[in-house]
Amino acid sequence: MNKNLLYKLAFIVGTMLFFLFGIFGIPKSLSGQGLLTALTDHIHLGLDLKGGTHLILQVQVNEAVNVVAQNAIETLKDQMRKQKIDYTDITQPDPQNNPDHIVIKGVQPQSRTDLMNIVRDRLPEYDITGGADNIWNLAMRPSNLVDLKNKAVSQAIDTIRNRIDALGVSEPTIQEHGLGDYQILVQLPGVDDPGRVKDIMQSTAMLEIKQMIDGPYPSQEAALQAKGGIVPADSMLMSGQCASGSTEPTWCFVSRISAVSGKDLRSADQSTDQNGQPSVSFSLTGEGGQRFYSFTSAHVGDNLAVVLDNKVMEVASIKEPIRDQGSISGGRMTEQQAKDLSMVLRSGALPASIKYLEERTVGPSLGADSIRSGVRAAVVGMVAVLIFMLIYYRGAGINADLALIFNLIILLGFLGWSTMAGVNVALTLPGIAGVILTVGMGVDSNVLIFERIREELRNGKTPPSAVDQGFSHAWITIVDTHVTTIVSAAILFIFGTGPVKGFATTLTFGLLANLFTAVFVSRTIFDWVLSRKQRGEALSI
Amino acid sequence: MEFFRNTNIDFLGKKWYFLAFSLIFSVAGLFSMLFWHHIPWGVDFRGGTLVYVKFSHTPDLNAIRAALDRAGLHDPKIQPYDRPQNNEVLIDLAVRETNEQALDQGKAKIIQALETKAPAGKVDFNNASFLTIKNYLLDKDPLHLGSDADQKYSAQAQAAVDYRDKVQGGVLNSLDQLQSAAGVDPKVAAALADGFYVSDFGVRNVEIVGPQVGGQLRKQAGLATLYSLLGMLVYLGFRFEWIYGVAAVVTVFHDTLITVGFFSLTNTDISLTVIAAILTLIGYSNNDTIVVFDRIRENIKLMRREKLSEIVNRSINQTLSRTILTAGLTFLTVLALFLFGGEVLRGFSLALVIGILIGTYSSIAIAAPILVAYQDWRIEKGKRPATALAGKAR
Repeated sequence: MNKNLLYKLAFIVGTMLFFLFGIFGIPKSLSGQGLLTALTDHIHLGLDLKGGTHLILQVQVNEAVNVVAQNAIETLKDQMRKQKIDYTDITQPDPQNNPDHIVIKGVQPQSRTDLMNIVRDRLPEYDITGGADNIWNLAMRPSNLVDLKNKAVSQAIDTIRNRIDALGVSEPTIQEHGLGDYQILVQLPGVDDPGRVKDIMQSTAMLEIKQMIDGPYPSQEAALQAKGGIVPADSMLMSGQCASGSTEPTWCFVSRISAVSGKDLRSADQSTDQNGQPSVSFSLTGEGGQRFYSFTSAHVGDNLAVVLDNKVMEVASIKEPIRDQGSISGGRMTEQQAKDLSMVLRSGALPASIKYLEERTVGPSLGADSIRSGVRAAVVGMVAVLIFMLIYYRGAGINADLALIFNLIILLGFLGWSTMAGVNVALTLPGIAGVILTVGMGVDSNVLIFERIREELRNGKTPPSAVDQGFSHAWITIVDTHVTTIVSAAILFIFGTGPVKGFATTLTFGLLANLFTAVFVSRTIFDWVLSRKQRGEALSI
Repeated sequence: MEFFRNTNIDFLGKKWYFLAFSLIFSVAGLFSMLFWHHIPWGVDFRGGTLVYVKFSHTPDLNAIRAALDRAGLHDPKIQPYDRPQNNEVLIDLAVRETNEQALDQGKAKIIQALETKAPAGKVDFNNASFLTIKNYLLDKDPLHLGSDADQKYSAQAQAAVDYRDKVQGGVLNSLDQLQSAAGVDPKVAAALADGFYVSDFGVRNVEIVGPQVGGQLRKQAGLATLYSLLGMLVYLGFRFEWIYGVAAVVTVFHDTLITVGFFSLTNTDISLTVIAAILTLIGYSNNDTIVVFDRIRENIKLMRREKLSEIVNRSINQTLSRTILTAGLTFLTVLALFLFGGEVLRGFSLALVIGILIGTYSSIAIAAPILVAYQDWRIEKGKRPATALAGKAR
C-alpha cells in the first residue's frame, strides 16, 4: 500500500474516533445500556423530545419609555416652577404609540432660552423643537430611545432568569428572540404545567412606599368629587387596600414621589405578621434605609402606603421613624403567594410588563413517543438504503454504505461536541427527520459518482481511470447540488425557530459531512480496493 | 444490477402532455388556494389553541363536542389523531379573541370541560405535573423521611410520572397500576391513591399561538420562500448562464405551487415544519435539475452540430438512471419517515413525499423544455445560432 493512501486512511480513522468521542465520550461500560446512557449524556434533546414548555413573550417596552417620560414631565414641571417659567400644559399626546413624545404649551417667547437650558442640562436624552404658537415638542433622541428599549429587554431577561432560577427549573433557556421585536424566548425543560411559572414571570413587582395624602374613598367617583373633580397636583389616585381591614377595594390619593422603591430593597422574605397571617418582610439597602429614615422622621403620624404594581397593598400610620425594615401583609395572601411575592421582589422588578405571544407544552409521554417513532423511521430508512446500495452496486455498495455510516457518526458526533462546547445544538424531532433526509441525500452523491463510473467503464476505460473520471466529473455536480440545498437550509435557520432550527442545523451539517464522506472517504476506499487488484481485474460496481 | 440502460425516450416531444399535466395541477391548486380551502395555515401561522388529548378508552367525539359547547367553547375542530388504538384526539380552537391572554384560558377550559367525574378534594393524577406530585408527597410524607425527604420524594414522583408517561403512554386507568410501577414504593403508591384520582384522559401537548406571532410567522414563511428562490437564481445564474437559473427557479416555483396546492386541495394544515419541508424541497428539487443541466452543458461542447432539443433529449436519457435512482433513494427514506415517523411529522413528511415526486418529474418535464423554448425563441428573433446555449466554461 502506498504511503499517501495510508495517511488518508489514518486521517479517516482519526476523524471517526474524534466524532465517536463526541457521541459517547469514554463510556463507562460497553453494554447496550451503558452506550445508551453515554449517548443521552452527550446529545442534547430538544424540548419536543424531552417534554417541557416553550414560551415566547414580548416586553411592552413602551411602558418603560413611558416611565422615563413621566419622570421627564415631573422634572420639567419642577424646574419650570423653580425658574418661574409660565406654561399652560405639559402632556404626552400619544402615550400608547409615541410614549417618548412630550408637548409643552403656553411658554412665552422670552423664556425660550431658559426652557432650552433646562432640557439641555436636565434632560439630555431629549431633543426640543418648535416654538411657534408657544408650543414646544420634546422627543427622545432615536439612539437613546433604542438604547432604552433594548435595556428594558435585557433587564427583563435578567429578572426572568433570576425568578426561574429561584423556582429551581434546571437548564432553562432565556434569550432574546427575533430581531428588534422585543421578544424573549423562554424554554423550560421538564415543566409541563406552565401556569405558576407564567404568573411568577409576569409579575412586574414594582414596589414603592409612598405617602398617603388622602383617603380612603369607596369609589373613584367619590374620591374625585371630594377634590372637585381634579386629582390634586403631586398626587395620584390609586385603588387597593386603602382602608386597613377592609376586603373591598378602596381608593386613595398617594404622593407621586416614592419614598423608597424596589431598587432600594436589600432582601425580601416570607414571614408572618402579628395576626399570624402570611406576609413578606423586607429590608432596605443602606442608602435606601437612610432615605426611609429621613422620610419617616418627617412624617410621623402620617399614613404610609405600600404600593405594589400600582396597587395599594396596605396602609399603615408612621408611629416612629423607621430605618430599614418593613413588611407587606395586605390583602389575603396565602402562604404560596407570600413566598412567590418575596421571590419576585428579590429578583428585581421587570422594567415593563410582558405579554405572552406563544406557548407550547409538550408532555413527556409525547416526547418519548416521538423519539420512538423518529428513531424507528430513521432505522427503517437507513437499512432500506443500505440494502439497496449493496444489491444495486455490489462491491461499490460497501463504499456507499460505509460512507453513509460515517456520515451518521459525524452528524451525531457534531451534536455531541456542540453539547461539550456548551453551544447545545439540540436534537429535535424535525432534527431526526433531518438526519434521515441526510441519509437519503447523502446517498445521492454516491449514486452520481457510481453512475458516472459505470458510464466511463462502458466507454471502455480501465477501472482506475474510470474511478478517477467518475469522481472528477461528478464532483462539480455534487458541489452544486449541495450548495443549493445548504442555501435553503441556511435561510431556514435564519427564519426558523426551535425545532425547525434543529432541522436546519442537522441538515446543513449532514450535507457538509456528506461532502467529506461521499467524496473523500468513498474515494479512499476505492483507491484502497484498486491498490489490491491486479491490472485488468474488473471493478465490482 | 442496473435499471434504465441506454434509454432513448423523446421527452421533449411529450412536452405538451407535461405542460397540460402541470397546468391542471397548478391551476387546481391555485383555484383551491384562492376560492376553496385557501391556504390551510396551521395553528403556528393563524394563531389559536391546539390541545392533544389521549383517552384511556375510545373517545366519543360527539360527547367531547357537547362538553366543550357547554363550557362555552363553540365550534372546536375535533378530530381523531394518529392510529385509532391510541385513543387520541386533537382539539383545535380557532382564535376569535385578539387578546393573547384569552388563548390561555382556552386550554384550562378544555381540561375543565373534559373533567366530568372529579371527586371532591382529589387531584387528577393523569394531568398532574411532577411538581404537584412531589409537593403532595412532601406534604404527606408517607415514608416518614428525615433530611433527605426532598431528594427521595423527587425520585419517587419522577418514577410515578415516568411510569405514567413512558410505560403507560400518558394515561393510567387506575391508581392501583402504580403498585406495580418500577421504583415506586408501595407506601407511596398507596398515599398517591389517597390524594389523587384518575380521569379518563391526559393532555399530551398544548400549543397556544397568539395572533401576533401567527401573522409574523406567515410573513416570515413567505419571505423565507422568496429569499430561497432568489438564492437559487443567483447561484445558478452565476454557475451556469442566467437562463439556466431562470429555468431552475421556474421549475422549483412550479414544485412549490403544486405542493402547497396539494395541501390546500386536501385541506391539510400547513405547519411550521411543512414550511421547513418546502424550503428543503426548494434546495433539493434543484438537485436533479442541476444534474441534467450539467450534462446538457457538457454535451453542448461535445455535440456541436446537433440541435439543442436533440442534445437535451440525449442528456435527459443519459442521466435518467441517476435521476430516478437519487430521487428514488431519497423517496425511500422520506417514505420511511411518512410511514413510521409518527403523527407529529406527518405533514412534514407528506410535503417531502409529494415534493420529491413532483421535483423529479419537473426536472425532466419542465426545466429542460424551458431551455429549449428559450433557444427557439431566440432563433426566431434571429439573435442566436442554433447551438450556442453553451453556458459558462467550467
